[in-house]
Amino acid sequence: MPETALAVKRRGGATLWAGRNWAFLFLILEVAAFIILGQNFQSLENLQNILVACLPVLLLGMGETFVIITGGIDLSVGFVMGFGAVICAKFMVMLQAAGMAPSASIPLAALIALALGVVPGFINGTLVARLKVPAFLATFGMYGIAYGVSEIVSGNTPISGLPAEAGFLGNEYILYIIPRKLVSVFIKPEHVGPDDLKIMLSILPIIVIIAAVFIAIFAFILSRTRFGQHNYAIGGSQDAAIRAGINVPRHLTWVYVISSFFASLSGVLYALKYVTGRADAGSARMLDSVVAVVIGGASLYGGTGTVKGTIIGALIIATLETGMVNLSVPYHNRYIAIGVILVIAVLIDQFFPDMVGRRE
Amino acid sequence: MADAVLQVRGLTKRFGGLTAVDRVDLDVRPGEVVGLLGDNGAGKSTLIKMVSGVYHPDEGQILFQGREVKMGSPMDALELGIETLYQDLALAENLNVYANIFLGRERTKPFLGFIPVLDHDVMREESSKVLKRLEIEIPSLRSQIKNLSGGQRQAVAISRSIYWNARLLIMDEPTAALGVQEQRKVLDLVRVLRGQNVPIIIISHQMYDVFSVTDRLAVMRRGKKVAERITRDTTPDEVVGLIIGTEEVDRNGMAPR
Repeated sequence: MPETALAVKRRGGATLWAGRNWAFLFLILEVAAFIILGQNFQSLENLQNILVACLPVLLLGMGETFVIITGGIDLSVGFVMGFGAVICAKFMVMLQAAGMAPSASIPLAALIALALGVVPGFINGTLVARLKVPAFLATFGMYGIAYGVSEIVSGNTPISGLPAEAGFLGNEYILYIIPRKLVSVFIKPEHVGPDDLKIMLSILPIIVIIAAVFIAIFAFILSRTRFGQHNYAIGGSQDAAIRAGINVPRHLTWVYVISSFFASLSGVLYALKYVTGRADAGSARMLDSVVAVVIGGASLYGGTGTVKGTIIGALIIATLETGMVNLSVPYHNRYIAIGVILVIAVLIDQFFPDMVGRRE
Repeated sequence: MADAVLQVRGLTKRFGGLTAVDRVDLDVRPGEVVGLLGDNGAGKSTLIKMVSGVYHPDEGQILFQGREVKMGSPMDALELGIETLYQDLALAENLNVYANIFLGRERTKPFLGFIPVLDHDVMREESSKVLKRLEIEIPSLRSQIKNLSGGQRQAVAISRSIYWNARLLIMDEPTAALGVQEQRKVLDLVRVLRGQNVPIIIISHQMYDVFSVTDRLAVMRRGKKVAERITRDTTPDEVVGLIIGTEEVDRNGMAPR
């Protein structure tokens, strides 16, 4: 007798919920452990730092989510992120030199970086979807190309001389509150006394909000639209998708463009946060992003995965990193910890496939 | 006798020196179930692939609903209403029942007035209607295909074709991978479809299936159609003989009795 969703629902709700949401429970336990063991881990500042810290992995993971659901993989995202950072920084410097005000040059440079940043994705998509190059190889080629081009553009050194206002966008908050005294939106209060500064709350980092807007839009696309449905269908059976009349090559091309878009967005935010552009800005983040997606319940065989899962995966990694710094654990242990979590995620996927990746 | 929905005239397909299908004629009339029989390599699949737009015939004509059609791709065949169910069924296993029925042709509704989003309610209701019409029982339309049995999958694939107005249904070994109970259900479904006037071509090796649901049988051997029989006027023994070639066939395709 086949197992129907109904039968599954009847059989032990709580354990099953726990099984299906193991990553979420793991995240809660992780946060709880660091709160107990760490110093002031639960402070607003630290929790917001986790959000900022998870951005590169989360944004690369967003694109990777779309790609992995279709059964592909995008190895180029780390260096496309570097490409986006370098292009953004370079144009900020050039436009400033041309006499443009920061209020115009920063958004313009960001838009140029995003526009050029999708070119690698278009090439990846064309190679994978139309020329039938395996995704692993096509995007691995782009991994090197994007890095090399970024190094040429940046002249092998981090780009400096960006407008100072870029750092404002990259490091300031939406809301400032000094309890019982002042609430300020966007504008950081000046001439604040040292006592007030101590109790001032800075809420919602600007770059987190920028990222959140795009993540929300694409989460909506994936879960509610025909494009999202076709994404899952292609991952489930490319043959079925083709025979159902879905234009699979065009769809896949878009998917790799989306992946590159998120990578270059991450690069732009990097340039804003660190007020520089480096070719290796995201080099260490590509594998982390794949790990985040897999922890989130996606299968590398395609067909499953959610944005919610990827967010949880990215938060698990960022919490781990932040918590280890908080506990002064040597940084290299992070690799071991993330490796262990990844293996656990894959084992769960392997042996309890019903527990992960269900979409409803 | 009603006009044939499908008329195949002198259809021929060669692969290099091999003539896979050799001047085959075949008619299928409304509400008729035709069994297509033959040993491996007899040319059944090649014939069907020409009718479903996968291969282009080298010679001959295909007339569909009285008009000659030339199909450049399987999509052309689908647009005409020629639906082919292959053994792998082409379902997305990770999607649910109604998502598969509507795959590629999803219904949407406006969100915030202008963003088209999937309309799950409409797709589920419409799917449940077509399943009911075909007397198919599937516990939940929200079940993913991978949680369904082989027969249920077959039923979903058939429902999809029917919902999109199949005017001719071609089934390639529909019962091959199924258990006995499931086989029976699929055959019942074929009878329901015939009752609703959907013409069907069934390729099958299973003598029992062929005799229990078909009206007419066409037997192929080495690319040629060697015989055609009204099902109730023949016997499994004769048909097996025709398939393997021990039963002699004269020029008119009639076996001497």
